[in-house]
Amino acid sequence: MNAPQRDTMLLPTPFHSRVEAMCELNDWGNWMGYTTPNAFFDVELEYFAIRSTTGVFDLSPMNKYRITGPDAEAFLNRMVTRNVSKLGVNRVGYAVWCNDAGQVMDDGTIFRLGEQDFRLCSYQRADDWLHWCTLGFDVTITNESEDIAGLAVQGPTSCTVLTLLGCAGLDQLKPFGIAHFTFEGAPMMVSRTGFTGDLGYEVWVAPEQAEALWDQLFELGRDYLIKPIGSYALDIARIEAGFLQAHVDFVPSEEVVRNGRTRSPFELGLEWLVDFSKPLFNGRSALLEEKAKGSRYRFAMLDIEGNKPAEHSFIMKGDKVVGTVTSAAWCPTVKSNLAYAQIEMPHGAVGDELVAEIYYQRELHWTRLMAPCRVIGGPLFNPQRRRQTPAPPF
Amino acid sequence: MNQYDAIVIGAGHNGLTNGAYLAKAGLKVAVLERNPYIGGATVSRELHKGWYYSNCSYVASLLRPEITRDLELPRHGLQVVPFGGGATFMRNGDHLGAYSDHDRHYREIARHSKRDANAYDRYAADTARQTKLIRPYLLKTAPDPTSLKPRDLRDLLEFAKSFTSMGEEGLLDTIKFWTASVGDYLNEYFETDVLKAHLAGSGIIGTALGVYSPGTAYVLLHHYMGDVDGNVGAWGFARGGMGAIADALSKSFQSFGGEIICDANVDEIIVRDGQAKGVALKDGTEYHADIVVSNLDPKRTFLDITNPKDLPEDVLHKARNFKIRGSSGKLNIALDGLPVFDGLDPRSRLMAGDLHFSDSLERQERAYDDWKNGTWSKDPYLDMMIPSLTDPTMAPPGKHMMSVFVQYAPPKVEGRDWTDEDKDGFEKSVIDQIANYSPNFKDLILHCETRTPREIEAEVGLTEGNIFMGELTFDQLLFNRPFPGYAQYRGPIKGMYMCSSGTHPGGGVMAAPGANAAREILMDLKRPNTVPGGYADD
Amino acid sequence: MTDYDAIIIGAGHNGLICGAYLAKAGKRVLVVDGREQPGGCASTRELAPGFRLSDCAQWLQQFDDTIVRDLDLKSAGLKLGAGKRTIALQAGGDHLTLDGDLLRGAGIGTKDQVNFQSFRQQIDVFSKLMLKLYRNRAPKLVDADWSDRMTLMKLGLGLKLMGKENMQDLMRIALINIYDVMNENFDHEGLKAALALDAITGTNMGPRSPNTVYTYLHRAMGGPLQAGGVAQVMGGMGALGEALQAAAERCGAKVQLGCAVEKIVKEGDRVTGVSLADGSALTAKVVISSADPTTTFRDLLGYEHLETGMARRVAQYRTRSGTAKLHLALSGLPAFTGLDAKALSQRLVIAPTMDAIESAFNPMKYAECGPSQVFDISIPSVEDSSLAPEGQHVLTALVHYLPYAPDGGWEAHRQATLDNLMRQLEAYAPGLGGQVVASELLVPPDLEAAYGMAGGNWHHGELSIDQALMMRPFPGSTQYRTAVEGLYLCGAGAHPGGSLMGLPGRNAAQEISKQGVLA
Repeated sequence: MNAPQRDTMLLPTPFHSRVEAMCELNDWGNWMGYTTPNAFFDVELEYFAIRSTTGVFDLSPMNKYRITGPDAEAFLNRMVTRNVSKLGVNRVGYAVWCNDAGQVMDDGTIFRLGEQDFRLCSYQRADDWLHWCTLGFDVTITNESEDIAGLAVQGPTSCTVLTLLGCAGLDQLKPFGIAHFTFEGAPMMVSRTGFTGDLGYEVWVAPEQAEALWDQLFELGRDYLIKPIGSYALDIARIEAGFLQAHVDFVPSEEVVRNGRTRSPFELGLEWLVDFSKPLFNGRSALLEEKAKGSRYRFAMLDIEGNKPAEHSFIMKGDKVVGTVTSAAWCPTVKSNLAYAQIEMPHGAVGDELVAEIYYQRELHWTRLMAPCRVIGGPLFNPQRRRQTPAPPF
Repeated sequence: MNQYDAIVIGAGHNGLTNGAYLAKAGLKVAVLERNPYIGGATVSRELHKGWYYSNCSYVASLLRPEITRDLELPRHGLQVVPFGGGATFMRNGDHLGAYSDHDRHYREIARHSKRDANAYDRYAADTARQTKLIRPYLLKTAPDPTSLKPRDLRDLLEFAKSFTSMGEEGLLDTIKFWTASVGDYLNEYFETDVLKAHLAGSGIIGTALGVYSPGTAYVLLHHYMGDVDGNVGAWGFARGGMGAIADALSKSFQSFGGEIICDANVDEIIVRDGQAKGVALKDGTEYHADIVVSNLDPKRTFLDITNPKDLPEDVLHKARNFKIRGSSGKLNIALDGLPVFDGLDPRSRLMAGDLHFSDSLERQERAYDDWKNGTWSKDPYLDMMIPSLTDPTMAPPGKHMMSVFVQYAPPKVEGRDWTDEDKDGFEKSVIDQIANYSPNFKDLILHCETRTPREIEAEVGLTEGNIFMGELTFDQLLFNRPFPGYAQYRGPIKGMYMCSSGTHPGGGVMAAPGANAAREILMDLKRPNTVPGGYADD
Repeated sequence: MTDYDAIIIGAGHNGLICGAYLAKAGKRVLVVDGREQPGGCASTRELAPGFRLSDCAQWLQQFDDTIVRDLDLKSAGLKLGAGKRTIALQAGGDHLTLDGDLLRGAGIGTKDQVNFQSFRQQIDVFSKLMLKLYRNRAPKLVDADWSDRMTLMKLGLGLKLMGKENMQDLMRIALINIYDVMNENFDHEGLKAALALDAITGTNMGPRSPNTVYTYLHRAMGGPLQAGGVAQVMGGMGALGEALQAAAERCGAKVQLGCAVEKIVKEGDRVTGVSLADGSALTAKVVISSADPTTTFRDLLGYEHLETGMARRVAQYRTRSGTAKLHLALSGLPAFTGLDAKALSQRLVIAPTMDAIESAFNPMKYAECGPSQVFDISIPSVEDSSLAPEGQHVLTALVHYLPYAPDGGWEAHRQATLDNLMRQLEAYAPGLGGQVVASELLVPPDLEAAYGMAGGNWHHGELSIDQALMMRPFPGSTQYRTAVEGLYLCGAGAHPGGSLMGLPGRNAAQEISKQGVLA
């Protein structure tokens, strides 16, 4: 029996002692059953750490699954919509996976650690689905969520800080590449990945190294203005950069209770992740049919007039409601009011002029604002340093 | 004198609800009760000084919030307090706890299996999809598929639409769910015995079926479709015991001018020229009304208090074949303190919920085998509560009241009536089951009321002690409840109606049958409807 | 150009029937099977020198007469014995005989006699309605096309026409158990048990399991399907397989035996043929499997060729069964107390009460070998002397219930179980043990190994409502199509299920022809 000693509702992450010490606002949230900071000291300043210095975000609650065995590649190719065969060793790929009806279950990243060795980082827990996906494949799945602690180290000075930590030659690592180092004699894996759309890395170590990693990172990064960031700041960054979030921008299909509330990759603007040139993958026949018949919805990125965030807004075309907003934020770097929306077909094509019905209040006075908006073709924030190799020093 | 517009037989919660809606519509209504107290199976009784027992029904979730609000039951004293927690204790000393927080619950299941902990989300969504289908029909009369009346056709069409909107596979999955056994259904999600057993309990409570009997997945649904304050599937206690529900209903009923007459044991429904005219009591007293509503179960209604010469042959036949089987018993125990269970901190909030001791489907099925063989279960499935951990009015401070629902207890023991020795044997098997997991339990017992189907039937008038007034199998649900052709609350005699749990949507202290029946009666009388519709469930 | 229009996996009765119908329609058909004999479960085997018996199915009782006519099976060699009465053996020796509408013996009362007739009439009405469903593909309900709507309309009309009383009764009993229905109708325990036995044969259910009225009706389809009633196939069940092979070949189908299909070959998005155990590969426009769904998808196609949701459905398809087979070679005619020699040609059942059946069922649920079983016995050599040496006999019995995997494995239990079964039979046929020349007990895993039926389940998957009709075998692979283009089902795992009806094979052939995929 291994019942938890103290019956706390939320668990501490391996970085918790350090996170707690720095969390001036004492503002906490629940992420996957872990106590995680919403904000450390000031959401806007935290956000700007990502964009101008280095922001550090505790990723440990991410779900991590190790997939190994002779059929590991074939297994993933059947599970996700993109072609995993094209993913080289020490490369990372963003992926979505669908149920048989072609409706998105979740998104995540696939780390190819070897020919027959992968790690899947998913937003949702996936033990059940992975189990069923193993039918017919010679693979072993290990849930290593609790065995790996992770930090996102993101921002213009992140490469420099990590190089000081001992990641020699990190500037040569291409986007979506993986490099292996040692930290205090133990393995440390660094991937050039992130959820911010900026130059940035994710650092993966065993939980035992977590506190030391945090301490040294903040010690070495002090001169490079390293700051801890909470989930609020990260949310602004991800919206600015064009990333979707499960449970916010779509409901994972196996959790949907009401008819018609699931979404296909096409409806989430993820067509580029669907590779029909590979033979069988979950949802293939349904997606082929959708491609032929047309989708019900379109994912639209909206640039909205004014500066009032369009959270939960209806999107109108003339008098008709044609969609709703799933994510919205005033994005401080591009100085734009952005939102993601699900728009009923045929509306929402790039360039389409729509109206967002925004409600906001000032001193209990509510205002209804009909803000014109335009569908844009991609994220406004897309800096060169995100793609540059060698990575710039700051 | 003794002349009313409507007479309701039986002051259980459905009879009182029915009476209240009829009285609210301006009818002069009397509710007759055989016992000296009201409530039927919805009672709180002080059988040991200072301890109140909800000695039949013991938890509330299904009670329709629309009715609670409409009849102003809170103003009449009703308070339903949700409880959390619950656990199934295992033979190896471990347990599986039930937490309301999603992630805490995940972690608890993950102690046993991570895959199951994750699959639980899929299970919860799939099951919620089924409850969504059924909930809109609780406060509606079931449409008759053999009828060509516009109203039935319209309702059937709507019913069909809610099914077809799920798509072919969704619909087939729904039919599979409705026809599968709870054991097979759970096997499709989980690998952990204790988790399956914990969930399967809801598939067998109150039914004479085992976890492997097809049809029990639906019974599970019946226990999931209730809500407390909109939390679907949540359960609560009525503060002061279940009698608080009957008390509030009776006050509401009386506030509309209704009259409750206790110690009124109905002998027969008086019928003249094919029209119900009232009832005659065993003591010879007569009460007259053109509307007679029976809140007794269908067997008692048609085979006991109606003269067979007044009934068409098919109704007698259907009443005889109505499946109403005693399958449960109950122990109500006054405790000198809080029992301690192996492996669980007595301060744990899990203690405030439903506690069980069957850690595998096999043990539950074997308990059912005993019932089939005509004996009480040697290793019974228990649904045990300590309401005094949630409701301070149930026992003196520091003391506790325990309610133990027992599955299974047969209506007859090896074909003969229960004897007092049988009752003692039954009681012992239950006490021993609890004591196996709780070393101090036996020493704490101050008083124990043991109720086999014999006691439940004798006292409450539930045939065979069946708590749902008829099995909740598909042959007796919706348009088949209680029988095909008589599932819209109207009896075969003009002016005679049914409003018990033996009618749609069945038992579980919902009060919906009583309300639905009132709506039909008022429709026949061409009076304005006083019964609220169901809340939209989107 | 493909090698064949259709390759049918398995030369069981459904595979051969499907092949025959398609060949008759002018298609190029290959039926291929790993066994040396045609017929699958319709099989005859030599138990001991000179003793031959039907080693899997033993009765023909719901084989569709129209198939016999369409394929002219009589001229292909099929010969059925005389219709059988059912004799329910009673402990005292005063046995109960069920002969059509008539009941005799065992102190059966008039009330039961009368009720028996009305019960049979009602079952007849119900089974005629079900026939509309059984002779067609099970309709889709949401994605219904005109042909599905037609079936649904016919069903609806049939329901209306049977009268309100019958309709209400059907709605009420369709999902309940045979135990209650028997108790509602009859008093005589032996009668109730004899009828209930029909409901549980080949299932994973006891008489008290809801859904057993449906399985009883499935059995009762024998009424409208096979006019002669329960019969034995002269020469043993294998003769049915041989007749079907001859008929199929006469229609132009090629039947290749002794060469198992190793894999169903899938190229790109569709199935293109099969590879055989001898290493050869054959192509076809469609591959039609009469193997059970588990074997078809899991073993022959491979889960990796299915999307995960469908693979999960396959893995969750239930194939448990408690039906075993007892075979005896006997040195002489056994002496059953209270039966004369002539009566031994009839169908003999040992199931004293429904509770006895239920008690036999209980231990199986926990993978235990229970102390007592129920039997459905045939002594075919009485009517067909070719099956045993002069003056000697063979006895086969369906035995319910024995578990698939008892604790410690079957080898630890086999002899004790066989001895126990013999003891139980001796109670009705004293001296039977002394007559045994050879004996064998085939338990569910033996049946699985011999006939390739997952779980040893006679219906190619449990026949309970959630796996029957439009749900059969599972959503997403209904109406004989599968989730994989080019792969079809025509075995008992497809609607309407097993027990030698031939309808899955016939319906599948019709459906595939109608879809025009072979054009």
